[in-house]
Amino acid sequence: MSVRVRLAETLRPHAGGDGVVDLDVAEGCCVRDVLDALAAVHPAVGRRVRDETGVLRRHVNVFVDQDNARDLDGLTTRVPAGAVVSVLPAVSGG
Amino acid sequence: MVMHTCRWSALPFPIVLAADEPPAGTPPEEASFVPPPGVIPDPAPGMRAGPGDVVVLVGTTKGLFALTAPAGRGEWTRSGPWFPGEEIAAAALDARGGRNRLLAGAMSWHFGPSVYSSDDLGETWREPEPTTLRFPDDTGASVARVWQLAPASAEQPDVVWAGVEPAALFRSDDGGASFSLVRELWDHPHREQWQPGGGGLCLHTIVPDPTGGPRLGVAVSAAGFYRTLDGTTWEAANRGILPPFLPPPAPEFGQCVHKVAQHPTRPDTLFVQHHWGVYRSDDFGGTWTEVGEEKLPSTFGFPIVVDPNDADTAYVVPLKSDFFRCAAEGKLRVFRTTDGGETWEPSGTGLPDDDAYLSVLRDGFGTDGMDPAGLYLGTRTGEVFGSVDGGETWNELTRHLPPVLCVKAAVLA
Repeated sequence: MSVRVRLAETLRPHAGGDGVVDLDVAEGCCVRDVLDALAAVHPAVGRRVRDETGVLRRHVNVFVDQDNARDLDGLTTRVPAGAVVSVLPAVSGG
Repeated sequence: MVMHTCRWSALPFPIVLAADEPPAGTPPEEASFVPPPGVIPDPAPGMRAGPGDVVVLVGTTKGLFALTAPAGRGEWTRSGPWFPGEEIAAAALDARGGRNRLLAGAMSWHFGPSVYSSDDLGETWREPEPTTLRFPDDTGASVARVWQLAPASAEQPDVVWAGVEPAALFRSDDGGASFSLVRELWDHPHREQWQPGGGGLCLHTIVPDPTGGPRLGVAVSAAGFYRTLDGTTWEAANRGILPPFLPPPAPEFGQCVHKVAQHPTRPDTLFVQHHWGVYRSDDFGGTWTEVGEEKLPSTFGFPIVVDPNDADTAYVVPLKSDFFRCAAEGKLRVFRTTDGGETWEPSGTGLPDDDAYLSVLRDGFGTDGMDPAGLYLGTRTGEVFGSVDGGETWNELTRHLPPVLCVKAAVLA
């Protein structure tokens, strides 16, 4: 199935300028699978979203449609067909 | 950003819309998307400098800046910021092998750490792909911050060392493009007992062998000084360093070495600014002797610098106590020894000395290696001071920067 990923503007320089990335992923996939697919296409985005152990960075949020994955099942949150996954910086910062 | 000419008003100029702001006719699915936050400021152009010019890289909590000047160091030009909004705790100008490569260890609070390099004085920066500085999978660790980037000696022109948090040493053999973990230190049995200092458990200081040999020293807060003499076997080397924050007797490790300084022509001699105490070793850390007590207004401080032209001349910036951490006596002063620590004298004409509660971090003090040496002092309040007469007189080179994390000076090849 196809999933559309929207990237925050601050991530776009690391995705060749793209703000939208359409990915082919398996039916029944989860946020982790989508981020794996995203990292395969844009590794510089991938390591900004998760550290090398695979943990979602503390100040990055991933939304499945309107829902923050942190409020659901985290990286194992199911991503339904046709969902829009948004990768956004949190309001926190230094 | 996408340029759209405004057709529906009398405005005579184009307006700029964010790339995701939907133009008219966008399907509902697109229009429903809220434009994401976060805008990257335009990158700064490269610095304008040439061979023989002095470059002072100033890493701050909000990006990397540079001060440049001709060899006389009388008139300075400021460039940057590069990586605006990111913390630059590590920076280096690698002028070995005929190149002038800038290295920057950046940390985005949102997107994590990375190492960037530029071979055109900051005009363009690149991040190596696919490899970058990261822990191997089997360690289960992740890099939180790059604390130090240290080009090795001229005899090893492609070797660059990196110190990171959590405390680990990395080596690059391609000029900083890719790094690999130094396993021998990572696997040291002490590591599991190392405790973090206020800045985290970081490997913040690297002392490469200036002759190109295998000897190497590192400092970890709060574990102390570790050394290898053969390039593979590591040992704690803190004998004589007394940590007042631990019950006696002094342990083999657990010291809080804030900074280590070495002279390139006398590499056996090291100076340490400890978390209380200024120490000297003449056997590359085999034993240490306190050289600051009752001579300095405070033996607490962070940076220590050895004069590149005299192995017996060193500089410290005493701070008032570990609980206050501001310039002792309300005067920002550099204290200098010219006899290896036997005596110290204040220098500092031109530095703020009237209720001046400034502070300087461990990498906020550097030298350019010239003769006479240029000394550069960056503060947590965003000033950079410079001296070209051994610290006798100082000038403010710039002000109103974000808090300064590191100051690294070198001469362009």
